Amino acid sequence: MASDNYHEPLELLSEDTKNTHRAIVSLMEELEAIDWYQQRAEACTDPELSAVLTHNKNEEVEHAMMTLEWLRRKVPVFDDNIGTYLNSSGPILEVEEALTGGGGAGGKGEGGSGKGGKVEGGARGKGEGGAPKKSAAKSGKSYNTSESLGIGSLKGNK
Amino acid sequence: MDLLKRQKAPIVSEAWEQIDEEARRVLKLHLAGRKLVDFSGPHGWELGAVNTGRLKHIERGPVEHVSHAIRDVRPLVELRAPILLPILELDYAARGADDLDLDPVILAAESVARAEDEAIFHGFADGKIEGIIEASPHTPIEVRSSQAWPSAVSAAKEVLRMAGINGPYALALGMEAYDELTADGDDGYPLRNRIEERVSEGNLVWAPALKEGAVLLSIRGGDYELTVGQDLSVGYASHDRTTVELYLTESFTFRVLEDKAAILLRRVR
Repeated sequence: MASDNYHEPLELLSEDTKNTHRAIVSLMEELEAIDWYQQRAEACTDPELSAVLTHNKNEEVEHAMMTLEWLRRKVPVFDDNIGTYLNSSGPILEVEEALTGGGGAGGKGEGGSGKGGKVEGGARGKGEGGAPKKSAAKSGKSYNTSESLGIGSLKGNK
Repeated sequence: MDLLKRQKAPIVSEAWEQIDEEARRVLKLHLAGRKLVDFSGPHGWELGAVNTGRLKHIERGPVEHVSHAIRDVRPLVELRAPILLPILELDYAARGADDLDLDPVILAAESVARAEDEAIFHGFADGKIEGIIEASPHTPIEVRSSQAWPSAVSAAKEVLRMAGINGPYALALGMEAYDELTADGDDGYPLRNRIEERVSEGNLVWAPALKEGAVLLSIRGGDYELTVGQDLSVGYASHDRTTVELYLTESFTFRVLEDKAAILLRRVR
């Protein structure tokens, strides 16, 4: 069994839910490993071992991101929120507000990013207001797709 | 408000949920190309074209001694299929009805899935899309009887291997081919199982847009790419006292990056 952490009877769970569970548990394990390696590398008194541990930590970051990408492709809510928050800048708590136009009149726009409420590559959130900027081209995600049906890639679904 | 203008529709949220869910269900069932090719997106409405990185040189530009070239791009194609629904029927959802008559949604979803897959498999010249089948340089393998399917799939795999195309492979089957493989047997052993011995189990895909036979292709990645701007969405067009007009839409283009990665298996009768 992939995990002992199922909270409901297995026969009640779909294959999608089981696979998502596997991905989430894997992601948790990778993040935990990053934390462990970080601490060990910092506490280690041998520079060479410290370098190896840091290298290993960085490998775990790659693994974690690959698993997160799988989750993004399979779970539309992850996709939406990753599109909203990842690669954004400015105060994180204001990112969503800026994208939806809510609270946009807060006058942030005249700051360092000029009338920085414009969200590059997307329609939502354009105009005056919130400071956070985001490169949709970089993330491959725009903002006016929020009301799509969330079909995306079906590779792996036969 | 965004381009879909859903907020303007006189539709209760319970009905919207059922409309979206029904469209999602039918699309996931019918869309075959997305089960086989790489996917890029969704990039939103603002993506108008995909860069190919290539130039088209103009032989004689308007100014002498100045060469002219145009960037070669693949424009995104926008699909839109209308959905007409009676408002009275949709209002039943707010009263607890969970079995709305959503046949127009099903029809639109089938049509849009067919349009996307036709472009992927057969191409769409007006949209500058070359399809998997027309791009393939391999001579199609003829399948002269239902019993010939397993050996034809083996032969097709060999053609791809000889062309340097490694697996995993998948077999996309048109409606008739799929029915034939599901219904027929080889001395009592299901033909479908014979095929699955040659193509990894689960890599048989029902592809109703395929016009003739089946296509064997590599799904290793990097050979075919579907780029989606606005992913499949239901939007609002207009309404009167009794009827609301919605539409199912998307913007996309498709590129063949390695034309040798697929071969047609043509059913001959």
